[in-house]
Amino acid sequence: MGVIDPYTAPPIPQGPDQDAILKAVGDEITNRGFVIAKADKLFNWARSGSLWPMTFGLACCAVEMIHSASSRYDMDRYGMLFRPSPRQSDVMIVAGTLTNKMAPALRRVYDQMPEPRWVLSMGSCANGGGYYHYSYAVVRGCDRIVPVDVYVPGCPPTAEALIYGLLQLQKKIRRTATIART
Amino acid sequence: MGEMDQIEDGRATDTAPSALETMVVHLQHLLGDAVSSADISGGQIILRTTSPALITLLTSLRDDVVASFNQLTDLTAVDYPDRPERFEMVYQLLSMKNNMRLRILMPVDEGQTAPSVVGLFNSANWAEREVWDMFGIFFAGHPDLRRLLTDYGFEGHPLRKDFPLTGHVEVRYDDTLRRVVNEPVSLVQEFRDFDFLSPWEGMQGQIDAGSADKVGKGE
Repeated sequence: MGVIDPYTAPPIPQGPDQDAILKAVGDEITNRGFVIAKADKLFNWARSGSLWPMTFGLACCAVEMIHSASSRYDMDRYGMLFRPSPRQSDVMIVAGTLTNKMAPALRRVYDQMPEPRWVLSMGSCANGGGYYHYSYAVVRGCDRIVPVDVYVPGCPPTAEALIYGLLQLQKKIRRTATIART
Repeated sequence: MGEMDQIEDGRATDTAPSALETMVVHLQHLLGDAVSSADISGGQIILRTTSPALITLLTSLRDDVVASFNQLTDLTAVDYPDRPERFEMVYQLLSMKNNMRLRILMPVDEGQTAPSVVGLFNSANWAEREVWDMFGIFFAGHPDLRRLLTDYGFEGHPLRKDFPLTGHVEVRYDDTLRRVVNEPVSLVQEFRDFDFLSPWEGMQGQIDAGSADKVGKGE
């Protein structure tokens, strides 16, 4: 048997083992008044459990983004609520064609987001220009403007694909063991 | 039987002028020299004119009680590099009263100005800005002739046939300057144009052989 990773291992089932852990935690609180846990894990749990995306729909991908937020796929069940303000958001979903004229505005919105922040690039156009790669007016990938964490391929990606991308982002956040501001 | 006669009469009178033809006659009478030619094509009237006559032409079309072409639905231009006068302005009018559409074509050369029609039709305002942006046709008398669609500081007019597809500049965020900067275009791979005349181009041999077979069997 190898090392059991507490983050991927199944939860401890109800029974004497679980009771022992819970009792130890309870005793800790009654004896000392506090309990020690890893702060970074706690932070990552909180961050990945309430990713608030900045609404940045630029083109047809925005429609799929809306689908992923609406009742069928319901991003809300992952604690993801769309925010109309960059100052209240953690992740920006760049959904659609980023034009040259829009690029400074996108960067400004990104700069207004508080740390820690993430960017999810949605669809061919945002990933690398896509259909408009050779256009005179389109940015060949939004990673030329902002640092991107997750790329979701597709033209447009389905709502499931976007949800999958967001779950990948949650995974990435949980992997990152840092409380420092980057 | 009487009804049938009427229908047949109706068919017999097909040679009588249609509403469009009547309108063309009326317009030729109304506009006189302002129109250099008037045709009917695709269910609408097409007038050709020159830039000095445009304003009087549009004013008459809009204000005439019979014609009443009082809505400018579209205004655009076309680039014909081979023509002596390079651009052709297109004005698309609608007469709600007569349920008729009318197109006005007007040649404009590069460097020549076209008269602005914002004074006549408010809807021409942004349309003329777009034409200025895309083709570089200057409109004399426009209240606010700025670029409409392209980036701030954009150079060139993209819908001209001699404008390169990929343009001249691309944007990038510069970490040291902390702003989005313009740079000359550098492409990893050149644009490849798969412009086949027909989707069956590669099949030409097979198609020819097939049709030859058929002809042979038929004979």
